[in-house]
Amino acid sequence: MTAVDESTTQRGPASAPSRLGGLLRARELPVLIALVALVLLTYLANPLFLSPQGVKDLLLNATIMIILAAGQTLVIVTRNIDLSVGSILGLVAFMTGTLFANSPGIPIWVVLLAGVAFGAVLGAVNGLLVTLAGVPALVITLGTLYIYRGLNNWWAGGTQYFADDRPDAFGALAVDTILGFPIITLIAIVAVAALAVYLAGARSGRDLYAIGSDPSAAVLFGIKVNRRVLFAFVANGLLAGLAGVLYAARFNSVGATTGTGMELNVVAAAVVGGVAIFGGSGSVVGAALGALLLTTITSALTAIRVDKFWQQAIVGALIIVAILIDRIAALRTARRLRLSEARDD
Amino acid sequence: MTDTDTSTSLAAASTSKTLAGEPKGRTGWNRMLLGRDAIMIYVLVATILLFSVTVPRFASPVTTGFLLLDVVPVLLIAMPMTLIIITGEIDLSVASIAGLTSAVLGVLWQSGVGIVPALLISLMVGVVTGAVNGILIAVVGLPSLAVTIGTLALFRGLALVVIGDNAVANFPPELNAFVTSKLGATGIPTVMIIVAIVVLMFGVVLHFTPFGRGLYAMGYSKEAARFVGIDVERSKFWLYVACGVVAAIAGIYWTLRYSSARSDNAAGLELTVIAAVLLGGVSIFGGRGSVPGVVASVLLIGTINYALRLGRVSDVVLIIVTGTLLIVSVVLPSITAALARRRHERRMRHARPQGTTSGSVGA
Repeated sequence: MTAVDESTTQRGPASAPSRLGGLLRARELPVLIALVALVLLTYLANPLFLSPQGVKDLLLNATIMIILAAGQTLVIVTRNIDLSVGSILGLVAFMTGTLFANSPGIPIWVVLLAGVAFGAVLGAVNGLLVTLAGVPALVITLGTLYIYRGLNNWWAGGTQYFADDRPDAFGALAVDTILGFPIITLIAIVAVAALAVYLAGARSGRDLYAIGSDPSAAVLFGIKVNRRVLFAFVANGLLAGLAGVLYAARFNSVGATTGTGMELNVVAAAVVGGVAIFGGSGSVVGAALGALLLTTITSALTAIRVDKFWQQAIVGALIIVAILIDRIAALRTARRLRLSEARDD
Repeated sequence: MTDTDTSTSLAAASTSKTLAGEPKGRTGWNRMLLGRDAIMIYVLVATILLFSVTVPRFASPVTTGFLLLDVVPVLLIAMPMTLIIITGEIDLSVASIAGLTSAVLGVLWQSGVGIVPALLISLMVGVVTGAVNGILIAVVGLPSLAVTIGTLALFRGLALVVIGDNAVANFPPELNAFVTSKLGATGIPTVMIIVAIVVLMFGVVLHFTPFGRGLYAMGYSKEAARFVGIDVERSKFWLYVACGVVAAIAGIYWTLRYSSARSDNAAGLELTVIAAVLLGGVSIFGGRGSVPGVVASVLLIGTINYALRLGRVSDVVLIIVTGTLLIVSVVLPSITAALARRRHERRMRHARPQGTTSGSVGA
């Protein structure tokens, strides 16, 4: 039901009374409205919320989740899932710390490339296991979640790297701003934009939706399913690696447990952003907005001095509301398609 | 053709369901002694024997006691989870339900409610939370993976709302003593009686009742199950309620065992439970799995965990071992199935020019 692709709905005959349905079908819009409303209401309650420092904190808090959610979207769209992202992020973050600590004077871009490459390798392991063995991604990535975390524990042991161990210029990535945007947030925005263009514009990007909508049909249609799915996992690993390096820049310490338990939050952000959990629809922009919304709630509740204990309950309720909206939109689409088919006859 | 079959996880699942799900010609004793459950049990027994010989102090009643006390929560929750995954659904909110139960029990006890009413209300928390999941998934028809990611956050959040940063510790000493007490000199904890009853109940329901057979049917195909007269929605609903209740029992156990009611009790347990269930031979796409296999798998992970700790090997190895076991246990059968399929197809191609496999789509 949720697998109805947006492109098919757009090609269908436009019927006048479904204006609202059209708005609902643009899955990013409800999230955007919720986000704007949340920010405005919080601003009215506490003007400091939108001070330059407040905005900067808001973006910084969301940056890592935005990158992870965008990557996860690629995988979920193909009707797979990657639960190992938290562990990948942890491994890469620790590698970043190790590189800076053990080889003083190493250029930042080398570390960045190394982190991204390491993430891509870990993602490729997931992708190869999923595609070659034909085993469900949920099981494979649950397994690699444990394995990568175990490797991280083994490697790091009790070692932790702190802000002092890295060059100041690297830490500055999370402090300095361009036009009010922190540099690491700009990196995230560029990554999301590139992915969004790729998914919407490139032939191979559209293939991912086809695979998620109906894997058997995609095979019959001649799409190289294995290659595309592998690509999605590699790209997701690469982005998790990028998030790992930026995590090391943003946060004070990295160690054996960095990134633990992040995987479900990332999937949650994508779901809130309108990415259908069984593939075939959703956008990286939506997922990024979902990540932004979930992290903004935390800051907003703090800003209006709501008991912080409510925060997680609200996030949970929001996820459920998001999938309800998604469900309603899908039902409307299905009914509209049925009606238009009936007219054609 | 094989490329088609292994190209996506879903296509592979639909074929493995139809191919590997068949008895493969084995019947009766042969099947019982060579099936996946039997192999799980052999591996468990071999592991226990190996550790008994190689790890000092492993073969003792103390080991039995601590090992079993450790696996109780996973073993309990793995039972309803097995049934739910067999129907092709999932429940990620179980650990949060256990946490919420723990928080409610703590707050009730602290505010002077008697221990019996407090325990009963805690159990009701399980009923209500399970029903919330059940309504959203069975009645409204939302995907269970997404719903329970939502309720995972929601129930854990409510646990925080209920108890905040506090921890309640002063439960009646008799209760704490009961939870950790052993049956005589065997080292088997008394609570294992309750756990055994739960395991037996779910085993009997799954393997010996029409309801249980219906769950397998739902895992193969919801439409087909509906067609043969199974009330799919009602079955799903009650499964989630049962899962909530068992998760609540696990939460109560956790609270009394560690004598501490906290909002973050049992956090992250959901993935451990699911890993154990999948290792026990339950297919993530539904339609396949059994209670004995899952029990063996939970005990296997618990045994390795305990032996490694006795041998002063860090938890690191255990995490890696668990993950590797999980992957190997699903990759191996799918590779052998692919090889068998290739052999089969080669034979078919000799018989007639073009063999086709059905492209049925499950889930």
